[in-house]
Amino acid sequence: MAVHTISFEPDDRYNAFLKVCAKPSHGEGKLTGIAVAVKDNISTQGIETTCASKILKGYIPPYDAHAVGLIKATGAAVAGKTNMDEFGMGTSTENSAFGPTLNPCDTGRVPGGSSGGSAAAVAAGMVRMALGTDTGGSIRCPAAFCGIVGLKPTYGRVSRYGLIAYANSLETIGPMAKNVADVSLLMSVIAGHDRKDTTSYNKPYTHTPSADIKGLRIGIPEEYFGKGVDPEVASVVRKAIGRLEELGAVTVPCSIPSMEYALAAYYVICTSEASSNLARFDGVRYGPAADTKKSWHAAYQDVRKQGFGPEVRRRIMLGTFALSSGYYGKYYAKAQIARENVRKDFTRLFSNVDVLCGPTMPTIAFKLGEKSDPLSMYLSDILTVPVNLAGIPAISVPCGKVQGMPVGLQVMGRQFEDERVIDVAYAYEQAVKQ
Amino acid sequence: MVTEKDVEHIGELADIGIDTAELATFTGQFNAIVEYFDVLDRVQGDGAVARDLYNVLRDDIVEPSLSQDEATRNAGAQEDGFIKAPRVM
Repeated sequence: MAVHTISFEPDDRYNAFLKVCAKPSHGEGKLTGIAVAVKDNISTQGIETTCASKILKGYIPPYDAHAVGLIKATGAAVAGKTNMDEFGMGTSTENSAFGPTLNPCDTGRVPGGSSGGSAAAVAAGMVRMALGTDTGGSIRCPAAFCGIVGLKPTYGRVSRYGLIAYANSLETIGPMAKNVADVSLLMSVIAGHDRKDTTSYNKPYTHTPSADIKGLRIGIPEEYFGKGVDPEVASVVRKAIGRLEELGAVTVPCSIPSMEYALAAYYVICTSEASSNLARFDGVRYGPAADTKKSWHAAYQDVRKQGFGPEVRRRIMLGTFALSSGYYGKYYAKAQIARENVRKDFTRLFSNVDVLCGPTMPTIAFKLGEKSDPLSMYLSDILTVPVNLAGIPAISVPCGKVQGMPVGLQVMGRQFEDERVIDVAYAYEQAVKQ
Repeated sequence: MVTEKDVEHIGELADIGIDTAELATFTGQFNAIVEYFDVLDRVQGDGAVARDLYNVLRDDIVEPSLSQDEATRNAGAQEDGFIKAPRVM
């Protein structure tokens, strides 16, 4: 295959990139010569991959993530690695060891997180598309805050091989772009079976978006317009849903009672998985070297204290606590039951409706430094985490503005019906374009 | 109620390395978050999660993989092509 190069010299005034590849090479295929930005927790052979953490500074992966291999094989040029909350832990991209990313719509505000660098790079027009990852909303939140489109695919539809794990049972790689057609195009490249990921499912994505949603049944969960949701955001999203009704969709009021404890369950599960996954960062195989003259625990503690930021240390400790003797039954075991209840709620609703719609985020992008208390930051994930607990697909598509800042419409679908959420987002996007 | 002593113990278990000066902040944040987690006390259900698939593993066949040099290249401390680790005993 012929190898070409492109020139990539973005004006990155938003700190969207941790690493820019100035002359990336590319082959030929569906994505010939398209510059694609890759979130920095996705392994790229020969390109430094840090998860925005000091503990991986200088780490050069010896292999590509499966999704990266696929975009390269279809002609894309890997344009660089994008900023993020350290290891994906955050909702604002302020938890990066290399400084926050700024929102291109208002540089005094956060771009959302944790895929904030990918969203900002797309929103600012530096790249046409980007790969992000979504553990509890990390693709949809920055897509909503920056006014772009982001898809969290069904769990298992895109291989996680080479994604540096934070919470494996929740996270997935997904596409981000300015419009639904490009999100669909990138999804068609990265979806499909990979034997190197044991949770990978053999269901390729070959869909072309269709704007025909006549007769589609849309559930409107009351919790998505309730307490904690900014009334102005709710109003913009209701108007967008009205537009879908004008296109022939039928809306049905409904409720997700398990939302009461979904966020708590999510944080118990993700921190528990993080405490196990992040045990590998000890300065032995990668990252700043541990002092081999010291004892095992002393050497590890030195490396981890200096290498991890405060939010990562907090989550590792919370997970260690939730899994510890005497607390496992109270937290982790209960969270698993709660997770199953969330899944059952979605299954029940999807027997009567085709998709669910609501806001992606309860507010517009917050100001830099506005959420200094960890719990208040966690609470802003309330509308995105249920999808990850259930493993279903969801998309965020821009649907208007509040105080000049973008608002995202979230469309959630049945497991493996990524095509349908794409169609609903596409129908809305095409209708407002006219 | 999580105490500073609890947080110190958890920090030890997780090899996270906590300074005495950090204990009060971490403990305060811990208590706020754990108090929020208490909503899980209201969760009803039997906890039995049935799955159709269980342990999807490939046959244990040796396949091409990274070379020794590629696998050890990122280690900060090496000796004779091997990774050096802190002493265990």
